[in-house]
Amino acid sequence: MAQNDLNKVPQLIIIGGSSGSLEATFAILSVLKPSFELPIVLILHRNNVADNGLVNLLSMKTHLQVKEADEKDQIEPGWLYIAPPDYHLLLETDGSISLDASEKVHYSRPSIDVSFETAAVAYGKDLYAILLSGANADGAQGLARIKENGGTVIVQDPKEAFVPYMPEKAMELITVDYVLDAANIAALLNELTS
Amino acid sequence: MIATENLENLLLEISIRYGYDFTQYSRASLQRRVASFVAKERIHNFAELRHRIMNDGHYFTLFVEEVTVNVTEMFRDANFYKALRSTVLPVLATYPFIRIWHAGCSTGEEVYSMAILLKEAGLLQKSLLYATDINQTVVEKARSGLFSMQTMQQNSENYIKAGGQGEFSAYYSANYNLARFDESLSSRMVFSTHNLVSDASFNEFQLILCRNVLIYFDKDLQNKVLETMDKSLDSLGFLALGSKESIRFSPIDKQYIQIDNKEKIWRKTI
Ligand SMILES: C[S@@+](CC[C@H](N)C(=O)[O-])C[C@H]1O[C@@H](n2cnc3c(N)ncnc32)[C@H](O)[C@@H]1O
Repeated sequence: MAQNDLNKVPQLIIIGGSSGSLEATFAILSVLKPSFELPIVLILHRNNVADNGLVNLLSMKTHLQVKEADEKDQIEPGWLYIAPPDYHLLLETDGSISLDASEKVHYSRPSIDVSFETAAVAYGKDLYAILLSGANADGAQGLARIKENGGTVIVQDPKEAFVPYMPEKAMELITVDYVLDAANIAALLNELTS
Repeated sequence: MIATENLENLLLEISIRYGYDFTQYSRASLQRRVASFVAKERIHNFAELRHRIMNDGHYFTLFVEEVTVNVTEMFRDANFYKALRSTVLPVLATYPFIRIWHAGCSTGEEVYSMAILLKEAGLLQKSLLYATDINQTVVEKARSGLFSMQTMQQNSENYIKAGGQGEFSAYYSANYNLARFDESLSSRMVFSTHNLVSDASFNEFQLILCRNVLIYFDKDLQNKVLETMDKSLDSLGFLALGSKESIRFSPIDKQYIQIDNKEKIWRKTI
């Protein structure tokens, strides 16, 4: 399965998830080694609640610094950026973040596809994308674009996913590079920086 | 997707031919919009896109409609409107006449929300709301005072969350699919096209709203537009931005204080 060359260090990790993905996100983040410094962008479907709760929750699970992304944020190592509610998060080729309040995609804003598709263009092969649990088709198309552009795509094992629909949808559309449970996704990420 | 170089050239040519300068718009969003325009219009290649835009003014108008993001709703961000009601309106109430500018008003939902707020505070009669947008089609829609009935449920919920004091449905009459908003509201509004990139300030206002417009601009353009806003604002006037926008990195920041540490409302201190 893993045809990709593990030696290449990506510049960005991008994670998308919908229902049932928070647990998996915690499981991954909480076991990242202290030496893991790659920036992570996290796109989770939320119910439009503009709470800082998620930032606080995630901060407790990871040594990375966590913030809700602001427009024009320059992506830095050691940081985890969360897409703010009710905005799409777009990755620019200059390594910055843009926000956009355009139409929902797959009934979602933020949409995982929007972030994945722009990340595919901005990062090409220097990108690892992870799609987690969810009851929505969002993310599959974006993973396809990442794949086309040479990035590495990983889906949470549908057997483990709380709602398998989202990773399954992606597996129907493309040949993903890895199908892993949360613990092994974390292990893979840890290997990247060792 | 359009190759980066082609897009850059097209933007330059558009700027020369039509005077609409999109060269300082955030690229990732613009790329998405252009790609969706190309798909909708079934355009086969870049040469065709360029040819049609450069040779047909109507087609260019369609292009502008697609690349500008016009998504909006009434009382978007309930807490923002609560803050306007509790903190800004009491100050405006002390003026003999109130002028407000909605820059980037899109289809007008924000303007009608503001008019309702002013009406409930007993200030509408001494207010004028200037509403502008680069996109002529949305300005005309805003001017019509007609909104889809399908959005009224959401608008009504937002109104209640924003502390609305009356019955939301009292502000419009339903006619099949359309809600026609009360003339007492629209009679205090002035609509016009205005391009924030190239057009100067045109009045002195006590309150300017420019919400969810700056996120589409690069930093230099943001600063330029903020300076236009600053010039158009009376001393001690208020500037309101979208929930993810800020004046923090702009030179005008020094002359402003944020009146509410959560909502994006600043007051000019000079
Ligand atoms: C997302 S809408 C914001 C509507 C409303 N203010 C809100 O927050 O709901 C952004 C608007 O900015 C307008 N816009 C984009 N570029 C502009 C420019 N250069 N000058 C004036 N308006 C512009 C678009 O046409 C669009 O209607």
